[in-house]
Amino acid sequence: MLEYLPQILFIIVLVGAVLFFIKNVSSLKRNINLGKEIDQSDRKDQRFKKMMRVALGQSKMVARPIAGILHIIVYVGFIIINIEVLEIMIDGIAGTHRIFGFLGPVYDFLISSFEILAFLVLVSVILFWIRRNMMNIKRFMSKELKGWPKNDANYILYFEVVLMVLFLTMNATDYQLQLLGASHYASEAGITGSFPISQYLLPLFDGMSVESLVIVERTAWWLHIVGILIFLNYLYYSKHLHILLAFPNVYFSRLDDLGKFKNLDAVTKEVKMMMDPDADPYAEPEGGDDDIPEKFGASDVQDLNWFQLLSAYTCTECGRCTSECPANQTGKKLSPRKIMMDTRDRLEEVGQKLNNKEEVTADNQLLDNYISREELWACTTCNACVDACPIGIDPLSIIMDMRQYLVMEESAAPVELNNAMSNIENNSAPWPYNQQDRLDWAKEEA
Amino acid sequence: MSDSLNVPTMASYLAEGKQPEVLFWVGCAGSFDDRAKKITKAFVKILNNTNVDFAVLGTEEGCTGDPAKRAGNEFLFQMQAMTNIEVLNGYEVKKIVTACPHCFNTIKNEYPSLGGNYEVVHHTQFLKQLLNEGRLKVEGGKFKGKRITYHDPCYLGRANGEYEAPRDLLRKLEVELVEMKSCKSKGLCCGAGGAQMFKDAEKGDKEVNIHRTEQAVDVKPDVIAAGCPFCNTMMTDGVKNKEKQDDIAVLDVVEMIANAEDL
Repeated sequence: MLEYLPQILFIIVLVGAVLFFIKNVSSLKRNINLGKEIDQSDRKDQRFKKMMRVALGQSKMVARPIAGILHIIVYVGFIIINIEVLEIMIDGIAGTHRIFGFLGPVYDFLISSFEILAFLVLVSVILFWIRRNMMNIKRFMSKELKGWPKNDANYILYFEVVLMVLFLTMNATDYQLQLLGASHYASEAGITGSFPISQYLLPLFDGMSVESLVIVERTAWWLHIVGILIFLNYLYYSKHLHILLAFPNVYFSRLDDLGKFKNLDAVTKEVKMMMDPDADPYAEPEGGDDDIPEKFGASDVQDLNWFQLLSAYTCTECGRCTSECPANQTGKKLSPRKIMMDTRDRLEEVGQKLNNKEEVTADNQLLDNYISREELWACTTCNACVDACPIGIDPLSIIMDMRQYLVMEESAAPVELNNAMSNIENNSAPWPYNQQDRLDWAKEEA
Repeated sequence: MSDSLNVPTMASYLAEGKQPEVLFWVGCAGSFDDRAKKITKAFVKILNNTNVDFAVLGTEEGCTGDPAKRAGNEFLFQMQAMTNIEVLNGYEVKKIVTACPHCFNTIKNEYPSLGGNYEVVHHTQFLKQLLNEGRLKVEGGKFKGKRITYHDPCYLGRANGEYEAPRDLLRKLEVELVEMKSCKSKGLCCGAGGAQMFKDAEKGDKEVNIHRTEQAVDVKPDVIAAGCPFCNTMMTDGVKNKEKQDDIAVLDVVEMIANAEDL
């Protein structure tokens, strides 16, 4: 019985980690579904192609070549090395040694690719750390990245370094054990696997006894797999959710021209009724009061739609949006990245309240408590942030929904804008010129 | 070329039972702003000169609602939109050309779901069409060899993906086209969009138009070419702020074509 202990222990850890992950995913789903309904299910072909190109193919990442290429290395490494995790899991459950070893040359090729990728990931991650902490790159120095967001980014980098070092240590000791002909490790068919990187680590283990090597190998194996399971469960609390959510986020992202802002149907009904000379002004609106929304625009996360909330969880806080933002570049408070981070923070707060069965009240809300009016009014709606996002996030749509709330619910536009709008209302131009003079230019000297 | 412009209205066309090839949507800036009116007139000169059969709505035209919508006033936007759509549909308009990218974007993208479906083109796209059809000839002229940098209006470029029509027209003028640090899909806003034109900017280190003008000045152009009346105002102010107005002109692409031909 005792000999099965490691296997039983592994299965318990694995099941525990998966269950905790499922619990987090269900909170995530519940929170995203607090958002309003929006139909993003059209043009499935086009959406799928965009997802393959932008999320899987990382086409927008390389707009910034250095960060983009390093990211692609880490991303490819992450996906490919995870094939090895499958073998690690099977070995863990069945108590086998390198179960896919029978693949022979194919196996050697796979293991050597994993090793080379692990090495490249290690190098990239170190370069990422230097960029983030030592190079004073403006988008990593912003106020909104102080504290947790900065630590979160660094923790992930440390995690990657530790995982890659453990992976290579595991392989090196395994190789050494095979060379020493240790039982369970060595096979009559020769060496299982090919170790182009970890072979250089062998001198470190020279002269170690088989017993000590087994301890090092097992420790590295356990820490590596447990590390991966911890990483999986860390995602929910981190900007690293993007490794899962980038795919649905790009799939559901907007396909129309960026200049096309959505028209509010509820307003259309009201305006049509106002303009219809036959309409009875005292009549009940068709379909009862259901058509009239509780409020126009958004002052809190529940007023946004589920895609905007999904995007808040997807945001990787890379800051490409903010560094392209004309308002931010000229020192205004607005930062599109902060809009997304605030939305996620507030949504998490609401989620916590729901977990604790507390009432969600408006005395703390997205508007004012997280996002100030000054930020919202600084936007030029130029769409640079939307274009810059490598995974299809649209911070501008949140800004617009919140402006709508300010103007339509609170009549709280800046004074000069109110003047322009009353001009439009009175004489159909943002300036106080008479509509009857609209063609005067044609009579002037050419 | 006579000094007076021929600007028929849709009402006069209807009275004669005729339908023009295209409706010219002038826009508020093009109708009232002194600087933008020059752009309007330059475009009309070219339309007259190339015998394009066009008409304007004149006093029946009203703000498209773009600034209201981007300020967050959906109600006012839709009131404007539906009023305009009623007029346009009444005249059975099929094709619209405008020299304002904001009017262009709003009519093209936001009117259809409210019942207004038209083919909408920006004036640079329209001129390109005329060029392709051989109706407009553009060759060299007084800007030949001059250094020109083109400022992409957000609502023509990023918002609607049109980067080449204005550049193609400039190339026809045989100018030396130089690009600013931020151009095309990365083009930097002039600072006027999203109803900013009609309000003071929030507190910051500098104005957006100054920032953009600095990018333009960096490439030492003779002319900053624009395709939007609001960008034009912002860049003109920026150039004045830098005291470069004697060295750098800010002109709409259509003004450059009209001037080159000495219309």
